[in-house]
Amino acid sequence: MLGKLTWSAIPFDQPIPLFTVCVLLVAIACLLTLVTFKGWWPYLWREWITSTDHKRIGVMYVILALIMLLRGFSDAIMMRAQLAMAAGNAAGYLPPEHYNQIFSAHGTIMIFFVGMTFVIGLMNFVLPLQLGVRDVAFPVLNSVSFWLTAAGVFLINISLGVGEFSRTGWLAYPPLSELAYSPGVGVDYYLWSLQISGLGTLLSGINLTTTILKLRAPGMGYGRMPVFCWTALASNLLIIAAFPILTATFAMLLLDRYLGFHFFTNDGGGSPMMYVNLIWAWGHPEVYILILPAFGVFSEVIATFSGKPLFGYRSMILATMGICVLSFMVWLHHFFTMGAGANVNAFFGIATMIIAVPTGVKIFNWLFTMYGGSIRFSVPIYWAVGFMVTFVIGGMTGVLMAIPPADFVLHNSLFLVAHFHNVIIGGVLFGAFAGYTYWFPKAFGFRLHEGLGKGVFWCWFIGFYLAFMPLYGLGLMGATRRLQHYSNPAWQPLMVLAFAGATVILLGIVLMVVQLVVSIRRRDRTRDMTGDPWNGRTLEWSTSSPPPSWNFAALSTVSSPDAFWSRKQQRTAIALPLRSITVPKRNALGVQVAFLVTLMGFGLVWHIWWMAVLGLVSALAVSLRNAWRVDLEETIPVSVLTAHEDIHATRVTRI
Amino acid sequence: MIDTIDGTPSEERFYLVPLSERGPAPSRVVASYGFWLFLLSDIIIFSALFAAYAVLSIHTDGGPGGAQLFNRAHVLIETSCLLVSSFTCGIMMISIDRRSTRSTYCWALLTALLGAAFLWLELTEFRDMVLLGAGPSRSAFLSAFFALVGTHGLHVTLGIAWLIVMMAQVATLGFRPMVMNRLLCFSLFWHALDIVWIGVFTIVYLGVHR
Repeated sequence: MLGKLTWSAIPFDQPIPLFTVCVLLVAIACLLTLVTFKGWWPYLWREWITSTDHKRIGVMYVILALIMLLRGFSDAIMMRAQLAMAAGNAAGYLPPEHYNQIFSAHGTIMIFFVGMTFVIGLMNFVLPLQLGVRDVAFPVLNSVSFWLTAAGVFLINISLGVGEFSRTGWLAYPPLSELAYSPGVGVDYYLWSLQISGLGTLLSGINLTTTILKLRAPGMGYGRMPVFCWTALASNLLIIAAFPILTATFAMLLLDRYLGFHFFTNDGGGSPMMYVNLIWAWGHPEVYILILPAFGVFSEVIATFSGKPLFGYRSMILATMGICVLSFMVWLHHFFTMGAGANVNAFFGIATMIIAVPTGVKIFNWLFTMYGGSIRFSVPIYWAVGFMVTFVIGGMTGVLMAIPPADFVLHNSLFLVAHFHNVIIGGVLFGAFAGYTYWFPKAFGFRLHEGLGKGVFWCWFIGFYLAFMPLYGLGLMGATRRLQHYSNPAWQPLMVLAFAGATVILLGIVLMVVQLVVSIRRRDRTRDMTGDPWNGRTLEWSTSSPPPSWNFAALSTVSSPDAFWSRKQQRTAIALPLRSITVPKRNALGVQVAFLVTLMGFGLVWHIWWMAVLGLVSALAVSLRNAWRVDLEETIPVSVLTAHEDIHATRVTRI
Repeated sequence: MIDTIDGTPSEERFYLVPLSERGPAPSRVVASYGFWLFLLSDIIIFSALFAAYAVLSIHTDGGPGGAQLFNRAHVLIETSCLLVSSFTCGIMMISIDRRSTRSTYCWALLTALLGAAFLWLELTEFRDMVLLGAGPSRSAFLSAFFALVGTHGLHVTLGIAWLIVMMAQVATLGFRPMVMNRLLCFSLFWHALDIVWIGVFTIVYLGVHR
């Protein structure tokens, strides 16, 4: 009846996860009680959970990413604390099998549910606004994508309290991840949660690519698209081209684990190294899926806060698309030590060095944009400058490891760990935070607290250097990654320093929460009445903050990449005649499908076959019922549009 | 320059504007474009399976290889069924363009039957192999074979189910734009399955290791 699920799945004998789960359950219960007590359910259901508005969905993605950042960071600081303690004869406080779950969960969550989720959230929110259109190409599908991501998040977090999580690292290399060596449910939780959320990511990649290529304001040819749209296009093209590889690879591993296939097993002729090739054929483009939108954010932020058009718009686009193509030609540098031979390694080493060239072009473009500009040192530009300094260091260590002989020494060492945290924190996360601060007033109609924002930046910036520069040193001293304990006491001072860095980052995260609370409480002081709080350049600043559900009452014609800027320069307030607009209605399909698919995933993890079949069949039935709905759109009359436009116009002229 | 309410140029000037600057595309274009992208991603799933097959096809682990197991005559009939079903699907699309309900049903039925015949032949091939002790867990080669060919078969199954649903939609909702867009996507899907099968036929069955 319940497959492999028994009471022993609940970790009664492990105090740390048990305590965490209890605290989480109490917190969730309090939240649900509050929402019920205040009577917020109808509002949440109508306006958020079933919303097909790309802005609402984008905001929900970002909230999900921030919550998962807390989870991923808890894992990180637990590991740093363990390593600060566990030298020589000291064992630390985390047993090895628990420690292995923690580093696996940390990597999985940070990449898939913080990085990806944050970046897709920003793209979802910003793209239609920057393109000057009313929504994404497929609004209902967008909601389904989001809720599938949420289902993956839900499933991965259930593993905290029911059963265990994977102990095989964030990419689950076989043969360790095969049934013979990982008979528990951990790897299954990993695989099903990523298959479900990966489907959501793929669908949103298709959706956003179609949006960029087929839905743009009149006049917005490719040479007039804002740079963020270009980097988002490259990122979404990579999602379409790379995520299916991940799906197929995980499907093969699942066939091995569930049906006794021999793709990656030690016996039966299976080839574990094929998994490593396939997973990195997805994994390397994935790095650029994350970083390219961050490059886009920095391009917007630097141009806006320097009061200048971006230097080298065309070279920026060429560099972006160059990276998009080259990102598929470097995957083997993740495993030079596989023994593919000197010529193969040389090819991939050189390709890796070449991909640093377009990235260098971008850095110079940003510097030249700032040169001679009248720079306003607001929080987003703090993140941008901090990024340029940090990312250059991370890029250099990357190029260093692109030399195969050097990589043979540094492979799987803490030097590598320091390198990729250097580019992911210093690049993706700083970019996400810059975008969060930059577009926050657009989403909610008031700015975030400036002073606290700078505090957040300095904590993250200093904390990052304290936490990861020692790791470069440790790597060169011979420390490998995924160690739960080490016997060389000479490493301990640097490990303690790294832990100190993690606590400074913790302070940064606490300040982020404080900043959010303070900003909400004092929102009347930082209201954005004009819709253009930063003197922006692109179309998202031309509508009110927050924008109405239809974004733009009329689609205006675009004649330059800085469409809103040139309109402000010409001082031409064009009063376009209005016509009623059809917008998609709210739709519960996404949340229903996600719930049923979670049920399916849970059933599959625990071999509860009836539950898996029930979940899948009902998810299909719900989708079929939706296919017969014909009333998917509603019309907004001209009177509503005119009223909204009049209010906005009055506010703009008053300022 | 703003000519009309939506900011789009008036009709006579419309064609002077480059395609990329004409504003949001019509919903039919958007829907089929999105579906093209989906098909591309689906074909990438197959590429990964093809790559795995290419690597593992010699990993027979002492078990039977393709030369002992495959019956080309059988596969040729199977292939013909699928290719002819693509033709009937094309005729169905012509009937849909003419809004001819009855002829749409007839050609859809024929398409589904040919698809089902293809599936039946594939399943008998699978059954015979399993009975010979050459199931997917025998060797890495057979794992890759069953996964690749089976994934294609799963797509054909879903395609048939989709076609049945679409005929029910034509019957209940009629030829409205929403249904027409979906029929267009279905036909793209069905043809894409043919393209993948050409790959399977060439690489798996004709390219067998002797």
